[in-house]
Amino acid sequence: MIVKRGIGINVGIAIGKTFILEDDAVIVEKKVLPREKIKDEVARYKMALSKTSQELELVKSHVLEALGRQHAKLIDAHSMILKDPLITKDVIGMIVNERVNAEYALSKKIEEVLKKFEKITDTFFIERKNEIIDISKKIIQNLTNKKPNIINQINKPVVLVANNLLPSDLINISKSPYVIAFCTNLGSKTSHTALFAQNMGIPAVLGLGDITKIVKNDTNIIVSSGENSVIIDPTPEMMDVYIKKKEQLAKSEIYLNRIKKLPTVTRDGRKITLMVNLDRDDSIDEYKNMNSDGIGLFRTEFLYLNRDSIPSEDEQVNVYRKILTSTPSLPIVIRTADIGADKVSNIGFKDIISETNPFMGFRGIRLFLRYPDLLKTQIKAIYRASLDTNVHIMIPMVTNLDEIIQVRAIIDDIKKELYAKRITFKEDIPLGVMIEVPSAALIVDYILDYVDFISIGTNDLIQYLLAVDRVNQYVSNMYDPFHPAVLRILNLIVSTAHKKGKKVSVCGEMASDPLGAIVLLSLGVDALSVPLKLFLKVKQHIRSLNYDKLSFLGTKILNESDSSKVVEMIEKEMIYEFK
Amino acid sequence: MIRRDVIVKNEQGLHARPCRIISQVAMNFQSEIKLIKDGYEVNAKSIMGILSMAASKGSVITIIANGSDEREAVEEIANLFETKFDEE
Repeated sequence: MIVKRGIGINVGIAIGKTFILEDDAVIVEKKVLPREKIKDEVARYKMALSKTSQELELVKSHVLEALGRQHAKLIDAHSMILKDPLITKDVIGMIVNERVNAEYALSKKIEEVLKKFEKITDTFFIERKNEIIDISKKIIQNLTNKKPNIINQINKPVVLVANNLLPSDLINISKSPYVIAFCTNLGSKTSHTALFAQNMGIPAVLGLGDITKIVKNDTNIIVSSGENSVIIDPTPEMMDVYIKKKEQLAKSEIYLNRIKKLPTVTRDGRKITLMVNLDRDDSIDEYKNMNSDGIGLFRTEFLYLNRDSIPSEDEQVNVYRKILTSTPSLPIVIRTADIGADKVSNIGFKDIISETNPFMGFRGIRLFLRYPDLLKTQIKAIYRASLDTNVHIMIPMVTNLDEIIQVRAIIDDIKKELYAKRITFKEDIPLGVMIEVPSAALIVDYILDYVDFISIGTNDLIQYLLAVDRVNQYVSNMYDPFHPAVLRILNLIVSTAHKKGKKVSVCGEMASDPLGAIVLLSLGVDALSVPLKLFLKVKQHIRSLNYDKLSFLGTKILNESDSSKVVEMIEKEMIYEFK
Repeated sequence: MIRRDVIVKNEQGLHARPCRIISQVAMNFQSEIKLIKDGYEVNAKSIMGILSMAASKGSVITIIANGSDEREAVEEIANLFETKFDEE
């Protein structure tokens, strides 16, 4: 067992097997070229430069998206090296005057600069020196068209060990779901390697000096970036200690707080809209701290429960105003109350009898359209609270177009009334519906012509589609979110919405289930909305996924008739997470 | 040909950011521009050249420009040193 210390990036523990990325020594031969070949040689060199520059731009856009402007400037220093006259002019000068090949001219010129750097001992300059070496390697790689790209071929979870990582290596790492951590000989806190590690959120220890010389391939290794250390070939006791530490860390506040600040992007840099579901108005502060993309579902049932009167318009305005102004620019979707028979009898609707099958009964928009004053009061309160906010209104339990048309008519009346009273409000509040009944899913193309957005309520949709009552112990095991019928109906909803240029979010339990979230994203769902308590977990999960692979997975699972096979396929996608 | 001596005034010396700024500004001019420190001469348009000078705070640098816009070039680059590259 050997313990090595370096510079830890991120707080995390990874336990796995090493994979050494060989540092391919660049051997450059000198070739003297015939005069007529010089022009081609210069063109070849210029081509390699522009290719390298494109690669850098790609790295920059990754960094920019995930870490912001300040960090992208460091990558700018890289592109400045590429634009340096020493590389653009002097190298070409040497090719032309001495009639030598581009690789040779470049390595000679770089050697000259590096000699000057040798005298400087400041760590800052040593880092710059490494950047110059990286860039020249990159150009030579592009000149020789030698694409090692070994990282893409890794097919099991590994801890990557390397001398130094080029920006292009880092992009490959971020695209590979199997690299669970990495360690390097070189690298400092300000290097692009550190920035990338931060962005990916995986544990990394840099500046280890000679780790590539100490470890062999396929050796057990523990990377504990919070302790700035790696443990090579740990004893079984040490292994146990770290397995426990890792479990504790995953629950610890430091860890979750760090996740809080990170953007919700997949490993390959795709932003995923992640919102929260709220069912009360008392967790607003917690919601504001969560750094989410808004409230995808604000349930209003709590206003009607445990009381014997209907909440007044003013009371509702206060509640909505409080919610809506908490994050005025983020979308907040208020769903009109989805109350059923048992909850209504308390607040004065005595003529309602108890139902034998309440899930298929008098609830949601059905009930509110029978008692339109309830709906009117609620929507009017939302409109009165709407000024300078990003409020959306959503209708639950819609089964046909007529219900939406009736709601639209009520909204028009409310607007007229508010104009007459000279009450100002947000004019263009988007109206959406829940898609949670199979009939609504099957006519979603018609529905989309009447609404601005839709949100899938997977819990109800699945139980109506499969005719399975989740609380009935005899059939609840048949409740299956991966049933091919569920996948087909989800695909129908999402693809139809996208054809009409409209967005689909999911606010059901499936969105916060690790396998469920993978299915939804692979089918192209635009946004997930999850309970506040699970928000960071889901975010962490999304950050471990690879979006490119997900869209591929989408077509695969849609062609699978056996739901247990579907689950197997999805589990394969997240293999690295549990290792 | 115009020459002028300047002093590195910013705290961290000519690290990546000032080097980048100098080379970017220098590239906007037609003139050939050189920086000299203790007899060591580099192209002001080369970020690597400037970096290799490893000029710390207090170093004296000579700017020399030769060309159609030499006056403006020296003026603008000297000004960067004067304003500490907008650092502090």
